[in-house]
Amino acid sequence: MEVGLFIPCYMDALEPEVGIATLKLLERLDVNVTYPFDQTCCGQPMTNTGCHKEAADTERLFVKNFSKFDYIVMPSGSCTNQVRHHFDAIDQTDEVQHVRKNTYDLVEFLHDILKVEAFPWARFPHKVAIHYNCNALRGLRHASMSERREAFFSKPKSLLEKVSGIEFVELERPDECCGFGGTFSVFEEGVSAKMGQDKVMDQQRSGAEYIISADSSCLMHQKGCASRMGVNLHYAHIAQILNGDLS
Amino acid sequence: MSDLQNEPQPRGAKVKGRHPVDQLEAANRFIAAEAHQKMHDQRLWDLRKKRDAQMHLIPEWEELRELASEIKEHTLDHLADYLEEFERNATANGVHVHWAQDAEESNQIINDILKQHQAKTLVKSKSMLSEECHLRQSLEKSGVTVIETDLGERIQQLDNEDPSHVVVPAVHKTRTDVSKVFVKTLHAEQGNNDVHYLAETQRETTRPYILNADAGMTGGNYLVAETGAVVVCTNEGNADLSANTPPLHIVTVGIEKIIPKMEHLAVFIRLLSRSALGSPITQYTSYFRGPRKGGEMHVVLVDNSRSTRLASEKFRAGLKCIRCGACMNTCPVFRRSGGLSYGSTYAGPIGLILSPGYNAHKYRNLPFASSLNGSCTNVCPVKINLHEQIFAWRETLADEKELSLSKRILMTSLGKLFAHPKAYRTAVQTGDKVLSYLPHFIVYNQFNAWGRQRDLPKTPKETFHSWYAKNYINKGKGDE
Amino acid sequence: MSSRDLVLNKIRQSCKKECSALPTVPFFHQDSKDLIEEFKKSLLLMGGQILERGQDDPYEFVKLKLAESKITCSVVPEIKGNRELNAETVPNSLHDVDYGVLRASFGVAETGSICLSERDFLVNTLGYLPQHLIVLLDPKQIVENLHDAYARSEWKQVHYAALHSGPSATADIEGVLIRGAQGVRSLSILLIE
Repeated sequence: MEVGLFIPCYMDALEPEVGIATLKLLERLDVNVTYPFDQTCCGQPMTNTGCHKEAADTERLFVKNFSKFDYIVMPSGSCTNQVRHHFDAIDQTDEVQHVRKNTYDLVEFLHDILKVEAFPWARFPHKVAIHYNCNALRGLRHASMSERREAFFSKPKSLLEKVSGIEFVELERPDECCGFGGTFSVFEEGVSAKMGQDKVMDQQRSGAEYIISADSSCLMHQKGCASRMGVNLHYAHIAQILNGDLS
Repeated sequence: MSDLQNEPQPRGAKVKGRHPVDQLEAANRFIAAEAHQKMHDQRLWDLRKKRDAQMHLIPEWEELRELASEIKEHTLDHLADYLEEFERNATANGVHVHWAQDAEESNQIINDILKQHQAKTLVKSKSMLSEECHLRQSLEKSGVTVIETDLGERIQQLDNEDPSHVVVPAVHKTRTDVSKVFVKTLHAEQGNNDVHYLAETQRETTRPYILNADAGMTGGNYLVAETGAVVVCTNEGNADLSANTPPLHIVTVGIEKIIPKMEHLAVFIRLLSRSALGSPITQYTSYFRGPRKGGEMHVVLVDNSRSTRLASEKFRAGLKCIRCGACMNTCPVFRRSGGLSYGSTYAGPIGLILSPGYNAHKYRNLPFASSLNGSCTNVCPVKINLHEQIFAWRETLADEKELSLSKRILMTSLGKLFAHPKAYRTAVQTGDKVLSYLPHFIVYNQFNAWGRQRDLPKTPKETFHSWYAKNYINKGKGDE
Repeated sequence: MSSRDLVLNKIRQSCKKECSALPTVPFFHQDSKDLIEEFKKSLLLMGGQILERGQDDPYEFVKLKLAESKITCSVVPEIKGNRELNAETVPNSLHDVDYGVLRASFGVAETGSICLSERDFLVNTLGYLPQHLIVLLDPKQIVENLHDAYARSEWKQVHYAALHSGPSATADIEGVLIRGAQGVRSLSILLIE
């Protein structure tokens, strides 16, 4: 099984440790991982702004980088959603369809494909609240959604439950958007920041020590708000916990 | 008095003719009115929670949503046939049926009916269509006194402000805000902001109008083709009062409100109030199939661009809307911006997808007032793909050259940068060193939009890219 | 061409070629439901009240309420009011009535609703202008849910009917619940054949 690793642009530049944790975790699980060197971005900033034509070359580059792999894995539900559901600016060749079909977010890959049973190297004796990126939740279905009448499930939680010592706390508004929203965070700054501040307050009231998510982008925004507000909360990507980096 | 009651009410968007509405500017003012914003958020979130509780009581909830969606799809596919069936049956029941192509014609028809009856006063219950057509303003110009009989709607009428929400029109106001309006317009006691007193003041001052009105008007939540009936849902009973007290009842209703049969009505009634307010049903679910003895009933069927939307593969699903407001209640952006920030009859997620259909230029900013989180789509009782349509509108606006210049320039340059790995690498890092600015859209924003209320992430020593190069490719080789 | 034809033509041009089918709506009945208990529970949630039957006179508590008030108007033979009402009564003349008394066509357990039609009202404003309403309901005429309710024949016979689910209410100011927004301030139901 050949896996191509995609590291989202913001993660590459701002949170390389999450990329490293993802790579090491996959290697630990005996996955043959390659990081194609010419990768840049999934194209989401353009597509979400309505600029599909402007995203076409970026999509093409992505496909060129990744079409030879059996699976494409990335530590981001949001970018996965972009590849799987929105790569529409280019011709839907076999290669494109192969890439769209075989792109997985790390949580899905561990939970649905590898079906990992244990993370014996990881320990995390902390109170944790899970943050769901909206694309991961409602686009990829990482978990059941509070708006729907459906049985509870949560892929991130069922993975984290396998880490010893971890304790979960619940938010009052468990799947309310935190206000990151990609370009929304800067185009609609006032509303975005307010949503982030409210999210941080909910997290603080929950008694959580750590906020864990499958998406660093939301966390970057929340962390930025918490830090400015002087709220002492820690934020970490699920890859870091599952790899035992913060044990 | 508390901070909430001392804080002046924030006002809505500054609408300047056909110029693009600056939703964000109004949203920022709403957020700045901290206590109002907090109350607004909590009230609407409370409605969302009550909705969830109702959903959990109904085992067939998701099945009902699917049925509602399928019934609406089917009806839209056969819209002309069902409208004709409605017209036939309503006419046979003694109802006068009128057709209006647009707002202007609808207002004219209503004006004419009133003139024929020498009607000078009209009591009306809530109708979003009449807001859409600016009916009240049109009638007032002709010298008709129009009285809104729904409490929230009456508050907004007296304050000369549009409704901020399709179900709870004055949800953005505090009791003190209402009290101030009533002191000015209804001679209410200065400083008495007791909610019971205020509601009673409205009841007592509206009642004489209801008793003596020449005509009554209601909207229509549903038209039933099979029986030729109009169904109206209210909690106050004001539609029944408006329709049953004066001798003349006029209904104004959009053509998309039709459903085929009575059995379908059950599906929608079960979903409507549960989705809207989290109550099992509205207090009054009223069924007007014909004029009462000695009375007269008119139904004005209004198109006003609905038939155009019907042809749009991308946006026709917006016609399934039953105006429950659930998408507004759950929308994190709406709860923090206030409905008036949208500067449009329809606000929140449904407003984002309906408004640009009326005027793409004026409402070009609205589809961006969303984080695309998708909660709206999940609560919608008729399964409108709201967040997908918001997403689709952005593309349509870009195609129609309605994207703001700053967005266009930024996206063109980003698109180029991301398509060229070497140029991209140079922009992000020099050798091992991560450049001290952020790699993408954040850095391009001259107003430092990220940093105004958020700390910037710490710049790491190296990118993942160079770490990988060092540790996996060739130690020290670095980038190609 | 008339606006009617213009609108209909435009719609026909806009409609898709392939048409979707109309689904059948199930009744969603749940077995072993005590409809009377369910009705009472739902009615209370909607802000309505249940009047108990008196031991000697089943209408004892209805009469007590009427005795306390000035103007009462009844259209049921079991109860006598002091304001006459017939089909010719002018609708707004009921503005000073304290209590209206009438009988419902049927009830709905799911929502605690009662169906009142023009035949039950005699004059439709009897349901809205009085300060309070007392409604008699035959417990055998309680259906399980809204699917049953809208399958009834009344809807095809009358020109006006309404489901009343509790009294008039509003929460338009700060979400504070007020009973008696524009219509009746209270709705009391006596379950009796």
